[in-house]
Amino acid sequence: MRARAAIEIADLHKTYATADCEIPALDGVSFRIEPGEFVSVLGPSGCGKTTVLRIVAGLTVKTSGSVEVDGVPVTGPQRKIGLVFQVPALMKWRTALENVLLPAEILGLDRAASRVRAQELLELVGLSEFASRYPRELSGGMQQRVAIARALAHDPAILLLDEPFSALDMMTRNQLNIELLRIWSERQKTSLLVTHSIPEAIFLSDRIVVLGPRPARILDVVTVSLPRPRDPSVRVSLSFMQIVDRIGRLVGLEYI
Amino acid sequence: MPLASLHRVLKLTLTLVVLVASWEALCRLLQIPAFLIPAPSQVALRLYDKHDLYFMHTWITIYETTAGFFLAVAFGIVSAAIIVAIPRLRDVVMPLLLVAQLVPKVAVAPLLLIWFGYGLFPKIIIAFLVAFFPIVVNSASGLASVQPELLDLGSSLIIGEFVGGNRGLGYLIIVANQELDTALAFAAIFLLSAVGIVLYALIEMFERILIPWHASSEPLTTGGRVL
Repeated sequence: MRARAAIEIADLHKTYATADCEIPALDGVSFRIEPGEFVSVLGPSGCGKTTVLRIVAGLTVKTSGSVEVDGVPVTGPQRKIGLVFQVPALMKWRTALENVLLPAEILGLDRAASRVRAQELLELVGLSEFASRYPRELSGGMQQRVAIARALAHDPAILLLDEPFSALDMMTRNQLNIELLRIWSERQKTSLLVTHSIPEAIFLSDRIVVLGPRPARILDVVTVSLPRPRDPSVRVSLSFMQIVDRIGRLVGLEYI
Repeated sequence: MPLASLHRVLKLTLTLVVLVASWEALCRLLQIPAFLIPAPSQVALRLYDKHDLYFMHTWITIYETTAGFFLAVAFGIVSAAIIVAIPRLRDVVMPLLLVAQLVPKVAVAPLLLIWFGYGLFPKIIIAFLVAFFPIVVNSASGLASVQPELLDLGSSLIIGEFVGGNRGLGYLIIVANQELDTALAFAAIFLLSAVGIVLYALIEMFERILIPWHASSEPLTTGGRVL
């Protein structure tokens, strides 16, 4: 018997019903994530990968199958999950620090302790000097860092990241990949990243669940055997390129 | 005060002084009778003579305006929340509200007089009506435009466990008109404008304090730059 998985998804189906037809989004998706593991779900746009994440987060109701977090079936939102969205979704009337404090306020956690923690998290994401700045005073990349700090504010065991860097430019995105890798190695949160960037998925993940076009089925689960800790330079190594190639072939990209 | 905003205030003051001085000069030069257009000095004199009267009437106008406004804020925000929370209601009510917003409130004023008589109440209602519709419409659109991700974040954390009348500046203007006391009318108009400017400045100040991220509160000429 294996140890209990952090996230266990078995034969997950999801069908969206519109007024006159039913659109299948997920068609029997199964995978598991071990505690402390970093797993990416990779697939073409609109394939339903975000749906997987939303079902795990308890924000979307599955049609059939089973989803367990820490051995407990998901019936709704859970406190052990921290969420990062594609957009920072910060409250613009709150400073960076106050935004990070939001989950603690909603959950009614101890104020003083939360404040200390929020400061630490801003330091972790490299924004301790910007604690009292408003979102409009921060760049897009900085805002997304605040969102990551906010996701960690109530010390969740699991971090769910829904294409968190896809709205950013390439340079910022690469920088934040490095940051996220560092944050993950410092905090060791079980992480599920949804992305359509192959290099991003490889650089960050232990394993990559590759989904096909809608309705999504798993094409393959690719184990990334690059050693950790990973240096940014790994992204131009031969073994990295080989994985890029392998996944590219899986999703049907042609390389010349 | 930053130098640039001092500069702005100076320019504005200078413009006003020139305007008032020209008005005074024209009245004297052309010997315009006071019942047509009183000179600023005459208006000021009238204000000074009857300052008790003006104080009382100004106070009542402020009272009516703010009472109506706060009533409108209270009802407007609650109505907006209800409208946004119930989509079916929104589809029916929003078009009606938009139409109601287009009805000139002054046109409704005589009706209110018939229904509620003279006194404070109908005027508070008019102030209420003027403010209510824009507040509902804008609050509703504000509430409806909350980022869906923010709502997701919220729900991911909320877990099962857990015009007639016999008082006020308007009345003074009417009385003054009837008695052809134009200086008195101008004095009342002047006070009314002053009240309006003060209220506007107050709202602007609150806007700056409460919603500092809002574009309209950003200083234009003060040179204050945010990073």
